[in-house]
Amino acid sequence: MSLLEATLRAASVLAAFLVLPLLVGQAEHKVMAHMQGRLGPMYAGGFHGWAQLVADGVKFVQKEDITPRAADRWVFRLAPAVALIPYLLAMATIPIHPGVAAVDVPGSLVLVLAATSVGALGTLMAGWASANKYALLGGLRAAAQLVSYELPIVLALASIAMAGGSLSLMALTQAWSPWWLLWQLPGGLVFLVAACAELQRPPFDMPVADAELVMGAWTEYTGLRFAFFLLAEYAGIVVMSLLFAVLWLGGWHGPFEDTLGWLWTLLKGFGVAVLVIWVRVAWPRLREDQLQRLAWLWLVPIALAQLLLTGAGVVMGW
Amino acid sequence: MSPLPGILKGLITTARTALRPTHTAEYPDVAPELPPRSRGVIALLEENCTSCMLCARECPDWCIYIDSHKETIPATTEGGRDRQRNVLDRFAIDFSLCMYCGICIEVCPFDALHWSPQFEYAEVDLLDLLHEKDRLHEKDRLGGWMASVPPPPALDEKAAEPAEIAAANRPARGAGPAGGAGGSGPRMPRTVRPRAAGSPRPDAGGSSPAAPSPPDAGEASP
Repeated sequence: MSLLEATLRAASVLAAFLVLPLLVGQAEHKVMAHMQGRLGPMYAGGFHGWAQLVADGVKFVQKEDITPRAADRWVFRLAPAVALIPYLLAMATIPIHPGVAAVDVPGSLVLVLAATSVGALGTLMAGWASANKYALLGGLRAAAQLVSYELPIVLALASIAMAGGSLSLMALTQAWSPWWLLWQLPGGLVFLVAACAELQRPPFDMPVADAELVMGAWTEYTGLRFAFFLLAEYAGIVVMSLLFAVLWLGGWHGPFEDTLGWLWTLLKGFGVAVLVIWVRVAWPRLREDQLQRLAWLWLVPIALAQLLLTGAGVVMGW
Repeated sequence: MSPLPGILKGLITTARTALRPTHTAEYPDVAPELPPRSRGVIALLEENCTSCMLCARECPDWCIYIDSHKETIPATTEGGRDRQRNVLDRFAIDFSLCMYCGICIEVCPFDALHWSPQFEYAEVDLLDLLHEKDRLHEKDRLGGWMASVPPPPALDEKAAEPAEIAAANRPARGAGPAGGAGGSGPRMPRTVRPRAAGSPRPDAGGSSPAAPSPPDAGEASP
């Protein structure tokens, strides 16, 4: 890989990283508004408020960057980057077209898993370094949530890895067949629920529950650093949606996949993102104990059963 | 588990709402549909005002300012008596104090004050909320709001008759059998003035802006 190609790939991933979360954010604005009988942003940019998030970004840049005096300075300032950058890394490994991914490494499934876990570490750092009781509680809740929901995600992905016989996202997508839609369905549902929880999205947003914890780990953040946390959340939605689209919905598989493969991947991913938004609008927040119950009493057993089913399938050669 | 149907119901409800038309009123682009008798701003019909000060005195937070002076109208007939009348110099309502109770409008005996549904008169400076009757800007004139006063809405069904109509329809006192409750035949009215239907009394407080004297007073004053 020449230097030019590497630069080009990095630039395109960065561009996708800056555009796709905004698209999801705008979709969330509009979908949520219409689900609540509202119109959502209508003025910014002229046409149906398409530039609302750009305007928000400009606003965030103008705000003062405050670090509380009691805060652990370096950790506090580093936390947004720790939350944001892993998703950039994860996004780079996702294959969007037959044979096309920004970074194609043999163990990309493991890499994505590791990266998304580091992302949640940013929330924990922010909560711990803020020297604020709300932030601390939010951070600890985030940590507890991370520990509980990492396991179902790993198990669900392990089932896919077994079914496809690889740890590379590219090879797994190549191995995908429509039969997986049914065969891997339980694992897929577990992954969706656990991914929502991992992203701390409603109905699993106890770490930022604004009625109880102000803004959780983000309470003390202002300006651009706060915007980075928001961007990380939406980048996380993009990564998780694309991951689900690639592994469970077949990614580029579809009509004219040689030319339109990238479109199918993006469309499927967008559909999953809309589902994530829909769930956010429709359901109330779980209680902290309900969250743990759901993880350990439902998701982990279902994921284990899926693993068993997949194992049986692989051995029997379905 | 029992929560499952409820969870699906939530999804269905939100999806159905998303497919229906929204309720949003795009206010600055689309004028809002205000209910009748909306209390936006108080308009002054200057010609009807007699500077009687009732509104200023009834105002709970004293936000109405009235200045007036007396003028003498020479007698029109030979040997008649000169008349005096009040000329309104200043009428101002401080909308930074006004609490929109509407007592001034209720209390005005000559219908000089009216509710206008116009509500877009926010100002950058608090002091600009003091609306004079003849400020330079057309928008800020207390009298300028009169143009936006809607005609009074029709009465509700089964509402009581308006007081003016009830008074006009009532038989003259002493003329009918109802007046003779005392038993000793038809009682004669005590006052000298006859209260016939054509008397100017009931319409004096009516909506006709051409009250007898004020319009020509403006020309007579210099």
